[in-house]
Amino acid sequence: MNAILLNIAYIVAAVLFIFGIKMLGSADTARRGNLISALGMLLAVVVTLLNSGMDFRWIWIGLGLGTVIGVVWARVVKMTGMPELVALFNGFGGLASVFVAWAEFQKYFSEGGIGGIDNATFIAVIIAAATWIGCLTFSGSLVAWAKLSGKISGRPTILPKQRLIAIVLVLLSIASVVAFGMFPNGFLAYGLFLCVLVAAIGLGLFAVLPIGGGDMPVVISLLNSLSGLAASAAGFAIQNNVLIVAGCLVGCSGLILTLIMCKAMNRNLANVLFSGFGAVSSSEETEVEGEMKAVSVSDAYYVLEAAQSVVIVPGYGMAVAQAQHAVKELGNLLEENGAEVFYAIHPVAGRMPGHMNVLLAEADVPYEQLVEMDSINPRMPTVDVAIVIGANDVVNPAASDDPSSPIYGMPIIRANEARTVYALKRGQGAGFSGLTNKLYFLEKTRMLYGDAKETVAALVSEFKK
Amino acid sequence: MELVLLLFIFTLAAFLGFELIAKVPSQLHTPLMSGSNAISGITIVGAITATGLSDSLIGQWLGFFALILATINVVGGYLVTDRMLEMFKKKGKGPK
Repeated sequence: MNAILLNIAYIVAAVLFIFGIKMLGSADTARRGNLISALGMLLAVVVTLLNSGMDFRWIWIGLGLGTVIGVVWARVVKMTGMPELVALFNGFGGLASVFVAWAEFQKYFSEGGIGGIDNATFIAVIIAAATWIGCLTFSGSLVAWAKLSGKISGRPTILPKQRLIAIVLVLLSIASVVAFGMFPNGFLAYGLFLCVLVAAIGLGLFAVLPIGGGDMPVVISLLNSLSGLAASAAGFAIQNNVLIVAGCLVGCSGLILTLIMCKAMNRNLANVLFSGFGAVSSSEETEVEGEMKAVSVSDAYYVLEAAQSVVIVPGYGMAVAQAQHAVKELGNLLEENGAEVFYAIHPVAGRMPGHMNVLLAEADVPYEQLVEMDSINPRMPTVDVAIVIGANDVVNPAASDDPSSPIYGMPIIRANEARTVYALKRGQGAGFSGLTNKLYFLEKTRMLYGDAKETVAALVSEFKK
Repeated sequence: MELVLLLFIFTLAAFLGFELIAKVPSQLHTPLMSGSNAISGITIVGAITATGLSDSLIGQWLGFFALILATINVVGGYLVTDRMLEMFKKKGKGPK
C-alpha cells in the first residue's frame, strides 16, 4: 500500500480516537464513542495489514490467539473483577510496547547497530524510553493486579531498605538509558538495553508494593496513562505517527483522570506515590473517645422501617462481599416502605475510578439514585439513616476535624451528620489504611458486624417477614 | 527534520489529550479508563509490522509476543468497555 494512503488512513484513525475519547466523557454518547474508537482501531489494523511484502503466517496466528483470549476474557469477567482486569490490560499494553521497541532494536542490532543511522542518539534514547516506560507499566500493573485480586496483601508492603533500593533503581535506569544513547552498538548496547529492562521492572515492583489498597484508584489510572505513553514512545522508535498520537492522547487524558482522583483525596500525586501513606503508625493518632456499639439486625430493622430517608454509602467492602445485588434489594424494600433512598458515591470509593458505579449498575440500581458526594453532603443533616457498607476512609470524620490525621483535608461523605448511622463491617479492626474511623465511635453510630452480603440479606428477610 | 515533525505532532496531541477530558461524571470513570486503555493497544500496529517485516527470527518472535498481548488489550478492552456501558445504558432508560 502506498505510504501516503497509509498515513492518511492513520490520520483518520487518530481523528476517530479523538472523537471516541471525547464521547466517552459524557453519559449519552459514551457507548457510541467506544464504538467509534474501536472503528478507528480496526481501520488502523486493516491498513497496516494491507502493507505489502509481509509474512502473514504469524500475524494471523497472533491476531487469532489474542482475539480469542480477549473475547473470552471480556465475556467471563465478573463486574467485581473489573479493577484486576483493567490493571492486567494496562500491563499487557505496556509489555506489548516493550516488545515492539525491542524488535526495533533487534532490527538495528542485526544490521550493525543504531550508531550508523541519522539521529542515532535520539532513536536509541527513545527505544530505551519506550522499553523503560513499558516495563514499569507492566510490573507495576502486575503488582496492582496481584493486590486487587488478593494474590498478595492489599496493605502497603514496605520491604527492607525500600527507599534505598528504589533510589538505586532510579539511578540505574537513568544511567543505563543515557549509556545506551551514547553506545548504541554491539553487545555493549544489548547489555545496556537489558539493564534498562531489568531496572524498570524492578522499579515498577518497588513503586507499587508500598502503596495501599485505598490509593489504588490513583495507581490504576496512572498506569493507564503510562501504558499510553509507552505506546507513544514506541511510536517514536518505529517512527509511526498513529502510535505517537493515540498513545499521547491516552497518556494525557489518563493523567487528567489521575489528577481528578488525587483531588478527590486532597493529595498530590507525589504524595500518593512516595509517602507510603498507609504505613503511618497509628500511635500518632489522637485517642478516640467512646466505644463501638454493636447492634442486632432486628434492632436495625426497626429503625430502618421507620426511616423516611436513607442514604447508602458503599465502599470496597461491598465489592469484596459481592453484596451489590442484596444492597439493591434492600434499597427497593426501603423504597416500597415509603423511604427516600439514595446511594452516595465517593469518587475514590473502591479500588478503581468509578468502581461503585459499575457494581451498582450491574445490580440494576437506577442512575437517578446514585448521587455524587457534593450533592448529597448538604442534605445529610436531614437524612434519617446512613448505611455505610464496607466504606471506611471516605466517611471518616477525622478527615475534616483532626489536623493530625494522615487523611486530614480529604473531602468525605458526611455520613456522621445523618441522624443515625449503621456501619456494616467485617470485624473490629481498622480498615485497609490502618486508620481508626471516628465515625464508628459516635454516639449515633451502631455497628453491624459480619459479612456485608449476609448482613444485608438478613435485613432484607426482616423486611419480608 | 522528520523527527522534529513527529515531536511537533506529539506536542499537539498532548495538549489535545489534556483538553479532551474536562469534567467527567464519576459514573463514567471506569469506562473512560478501560476505553482509553484499549486505545493504548494501538501498539498493535507496530506489532503487526514487527511480526510481518522482521528479517531476524528473534525480531519476529518479539513482534509475535507483542501482537498477542496488544490484541488481547485491544479486543478485550473494547468489549469489556462496551459491556459496562451497555449496563449503564439499560439503567438510563429503565423505569423510573
